[in-house]
Amino acid sequence: MKFITAIIKPFKLDEVREALSALGVQGMTVSEVKGYGRQKGHTEIYRGAEYAVNFLPKIKIEVAVRTEMADAVVEAITNNARTGQIGDGKIFVTSVDQVVRIRTGETDNDAL
Amino acid sequence: MKNAMTWLARSFAVVAAALVIWGSSAHAQGTAPAEAPAIAQAAPAPAATPAPAQSATATPAAAPAAPKIDTGDTAWMLTSSALVLMMTIPGLALFYGGMVRKKNVLATLAQSFGATCIITVLWMIIGYSLAFTNNSSASANQFIGGVNYLLLGPMGLNATTMLAPTIPESVYMFFQMTFAIITPALIAGALADRMKFSAFMWFMALWLLFVYCPIAHWVWGGGWLGTLGALDFAGGTVVHLNAGTAGLITCLVLGKRVGYGHDNMAPHNLSLSVIGASLLWVGWFGFNAGSAVTSNVGAGMAAAATQIATAAASLSWMFSEWLVARKPSVLGMISGAVAGLVAITPASGFVDPRGALIIGIAAGIVCYLSSVHMKKVFGYDDALDAWGVHGMGGALGAMLTGAFASNAINSMSKGWLIDGNGHQMLIQFYDVAGVFVYCAIGTYIILKVIDMFVGLRVKREVEIEGLDINLHGEMVHV
Repeated sequence: MKFITAIIKPFKLDEVREALSALGVQGMTVSEVKGYGRQKGHTEIYRGAEYAVNFLPKIKIEVAVRTEMADAVVEAITNNARTGQIGDGKIFVTSVDQVVRIRTGETDNDAL
Repeated sequence: MKNAMTWLARSFAVVAAALVIWGSSAHAQGTAPAEAPAIAQAAPAPAATPAPAQSATATPAAAPAAPKIDTGDTAWMLTSSALVLMMTIPGLALFYGGMVRKKNVLATLAQSFGATCIITVLWMIIGYSLAFTNNSSASANQFIGGVNYLLLGPMGLNATTMLAPTIPESVYMFFQMTFAIITPALIAGALADRMKFSAFMWFMALWLLFVYCPIAHWVWGGGWLGTLGALDFAGGTVVHLNAGTAGLITCLVLGKRVGYGHDNMAPHNLSLSVIGASLLWVGWFGFNAGSAVTSNVGAGMAAAATQIATAAASLSWMFSEWLVARKPSVLGMISGAVAGLVAITPASGFVDPRGALIIGIAAGIVCYLSSVHMKKVFGYDDALDAWGVHGMGGALGAMLTGAFASNAINSMSKGWLIDGNGHQMLIQFYDVAGVFVYCAIGTYIILKVIDMFVGLRVKREVEIEGLDINLHGEMVHV
């Protein structure tokens, strides 16, 4: 089982969600987050006063899937979240030791 | 039948206009009776004058000379006073409150509200006396009024003042009180987010007595600038240059806000500011048209000039910003409107609609440049642009008043461009320079004294965490 965390541009969320649903992903967790990557922040001016924008708003998607699905999910996120501009985000894939569905007590692949 | 009605209405208006002209102060003296009817129809005076209307032959000359309370004037000045009070609470409070960060909203509202209350009481105690009564010494009277109106003692039910002979002195005192309230309250724009509330209240009190009262006396109360012939219809220098200059000195003495130039200090809720600016705009008709202190032709023209200049300034700021910064910000549009209101303040009542249009356009551009670009070049933290809008707009308006004042609009005024009186520009410059220098020095001394005894600025931790919770123990959203 793999746990996939993707940081994407907020306006790409709908496209990514639809692509993952089409793949058969059963659920996901989405959070509004702020962060920066290699491009760092930038400086803006409002009413004559400069300020640094260090953290840009992003969306974090978290999905747990069967190991054999992981590559397809990563590819779907990559294809649908990409604009080609700086700040498109990143995807992290980690292994999962255990999954439990709280209501039924099912575990691992049965719980996904 | 219709003709007869029109004729009746006109006759009535002629009589009313005659009464208003006779009753009003020198502002209306140059008005020819021939042009009175059409203008007077718009005035509320006819309904208020008890005189019989059957004789259309009444002329100003036929009316008795002694000043008498005019109910139309009084009604308008009561309305104006309430409108000007509305400019500060809630107008200015919301305008500034929306522009600060969320942690300082209540502290900013408290400044407008606190200023209103402390100044009301001080104005009653001695402020009115210092600004608007005669000093028994003629030479001292050039600079400051007398003290015999302590606690408004001599102001009985039927008292009047030569400064506004057709309304009760109680109304004139109240009207001027609302000006005395908004002027110091405007300074709060420059010191936002970082001044102690205790220091602020001391500052309001001392600044009113030692800066506002003398300057109001200089221009309106019989002092040297008024004697010199300075034209300031509703307070371009007395109110706006004065408050703006004090704001500039205060933000220089206080220093920049923690995080200025690095943290985002954008307004937390511009919709509050839009409401505030709109209330200021509406209230300003009491400010400018009310400054005629009568309900006469001058008041009507002042109102028209105010509306025209305000809209023009909002547009010229908006288009300047659109050109330079690529986006017409809402904050820019409302700031432009306030800049236009400020710049037309000294001119309303002296200029015609064409003059008002030019003053408005100039105000939007100049105040945009001073609030956004000049501030950045010099690096002072005039948080909500008290200097950029009120100081620069007030000075610009005062100078342009000298240029566009028209003898055809007000017999008291002769401007440079229309009437060829270039000397007026020099007088206007004395007005601007005198107010700027005295205000800057006075404000600096007052701030230093308060700093010595109370301390001006909140602690760094307080500033970072926010003034609302630390100074007032409250938050706008819990």
